[in-house]
Amino acid sequence: MNPLIIGAVAIAAAAAGLAAGWFLPPHGRRARRTRARGTRKIMLPFTGMSISRRAFDAAVRLARVEGATIMPTYLARVPRHLALDAPLPNQCLQAMPLLEAVEQRAIAQGVSVDTRIVRGRTYRDALRRTLEAEPVDRVIVSATSNSHKGLSADDLEWLLEKVPAEVLILRPDPEDERKVTAEGVKGHF
Amino acid sequence: MRAERGHYTIYLGMAAGVGKTYRMLQEGQTELEGGRDVVIGLLETHGRAETQALAEGIPVVARRRVTYRDTDLEDMDLPAVLRRRPEVCLVDELAHTNAPGLEHEKRYEDIEDILDAGIDVLSTVNVQHLESLNDQVAEISGTRVRETVPDSVLGRADEVVLIDLSPEALLARLRAGKVYKPERIEAALNGFFRVENLAALREIALRQVAEEVEAKRLVTEVVGTRDDTMAADMSKAVGERLLALIEPYPGSQRLVRRAWRSAQRLGAQLDLLWVAPPGHEPEGDQERQLVAMRQLASILGATLIVEPGDDVADTVARVARDRGTTYILMGRSRRARGLARLRIPLPQRLMEALPGVDVRVVADRSTRHERTP
Repeated sequence: MNPLIIGAVAIAAAAAGLAAGWFLPPHGRRARRTRARGTRKIMLPFTGMSISRRAFDAAVRLARVEGATIMPTYLARVPRHLALDAPLPNQCLQAMPLLEAVEQRAIAQGVSVDTRIVRGRTYRDALRRTLEAEPVDRVIVSATSNSHKGLSADDLEWLLEKVPAEVLILRPDPEDERKVTAEGVKGHF
Repeated sequence: MRAERGHYTIYLGMAAGVGKTYRMLQEGQTELEGGRDVVIGLLETHGRAETQALAEGIPVVARRRVTYRDTDLEDMDLPAVLRRRPEVCLVDELAHTNAPGLEHEKRYEDIEDILDAGIDVLSTVNVQHLESLNDQVAEISGTRVRETVPDSVLGRADEVVLIDLSPEALLARLRAGKVYKPERIEAALNGFFRVENLAALREIALRQVAEEVEAKRLVTEVVGTRDDTMAADMSKAVGERLLALIEPYPGSQRLVRRAWRSAQRLGAQLDLLWVAPPGHEPEGDQERQLVAMRQLASILGATLIVEPGDDVADTVARVARDRGTTYILMGRSRRARGLARLRIPLPQRLMEALPGVDVRVVADRSTRHERTP
């Protein structure tokens, strides 16, 4: 075949390729770059104004080893007098800076994060709904000696019995006084 | 016979005692002095002397008695009002639930009949009676009202007049015995009538009226008369409205937090927009992310919009115009490759397509971390 024709065909093909690259909508390329599926997820449920530093550190260590994503999950309780899908601005005021602080700390340690705020009539209800919709590989919680705070002993038992994931419950420890709080982002969140 | 629907004015307040009924009666007196035939269809004075005094001189259509389960109840006599055919009728507390067996279940439905008869109506309601705000108000105040009305009731009014009073002034009125009888004051002060409650309710009431004004303005723009066209040329909205451009992937959660924080500070409504590839159904991780994003939006009280579109800038511009957006937040775009580098970046395209709308690019912390040695 005439080298000129071959050259012309090659140039035309290259031009067509470049044109396709130009005109192809961004979504076309994005679809091919979909993240790898089956990323391991480590859920870190918490309530209130802080998150146990020990539970957080444990989640980060495991996530590093396993290349997993940690999923800090704020559990919001919806009072009975509100519809279950009602907005919860007051609880969001508490949760959002805390999630920001947790995310910044995790990213600084080289771990990817996927935060959640979930809700239910009780903490357990919120957990159940979330785990039904979004299975995870591990759940890490810190048991507390204060029966009025966070997940109760019954909730922990329920987690162990019902949740199809590896559940890591950290024993109460004096170290539990160390918390991750929203203080770190105060003023710029 | 009057063929046209009557003119409907609603006096909206944040709580009992702000002066809705008083203002309604003032308007009634003004109409009366102007020579119009004004009647009181229903008035709840709650024993307030000032209110009773102001009602004097306005003819009253007697209430009708209804006996229900051995209890005598009194309600507005709708047939009597319609027979009387005044030009203006004053009907207090439109959210009231009528006694069983009457023409309608709710008083606002009675008002519709009066309006349909061509009679102008002046009425009153508190903001916590509006259905969409009931949960919000209950969360703020801890008090849930049972008598609710659809928000469309406000939408059907020709005029919504906000009766505003500072929380401090309302508390002073309460303490002076101008709202409740002495025996109820203490309980009221310890319950619903707290400064923080009243401040939040006041904000809700102000916002509600602002939204009504905006909704009416948008309708006016659609109608498009000459005056309306002038109105359309005016600035789009007084209040701020944020639009955050998201995608169903974990990094968007942070963008939403930033957007929500900004919305809180500006006192703005927040919309979240994902411009989805046309014909693309999210699945797997992406679907889960979308579900999580929907839940987050719902908890925050934001609106999640999924809009299919090939051209992100065009789609965002269209949605922003439709929603009256004043502020757009977006994450950093992915790094362009090849000839795509020559394209005009999305923020620049948005600024050109939406003059007057602020565009803010939120930093990606994970990228910043990667660059750190």
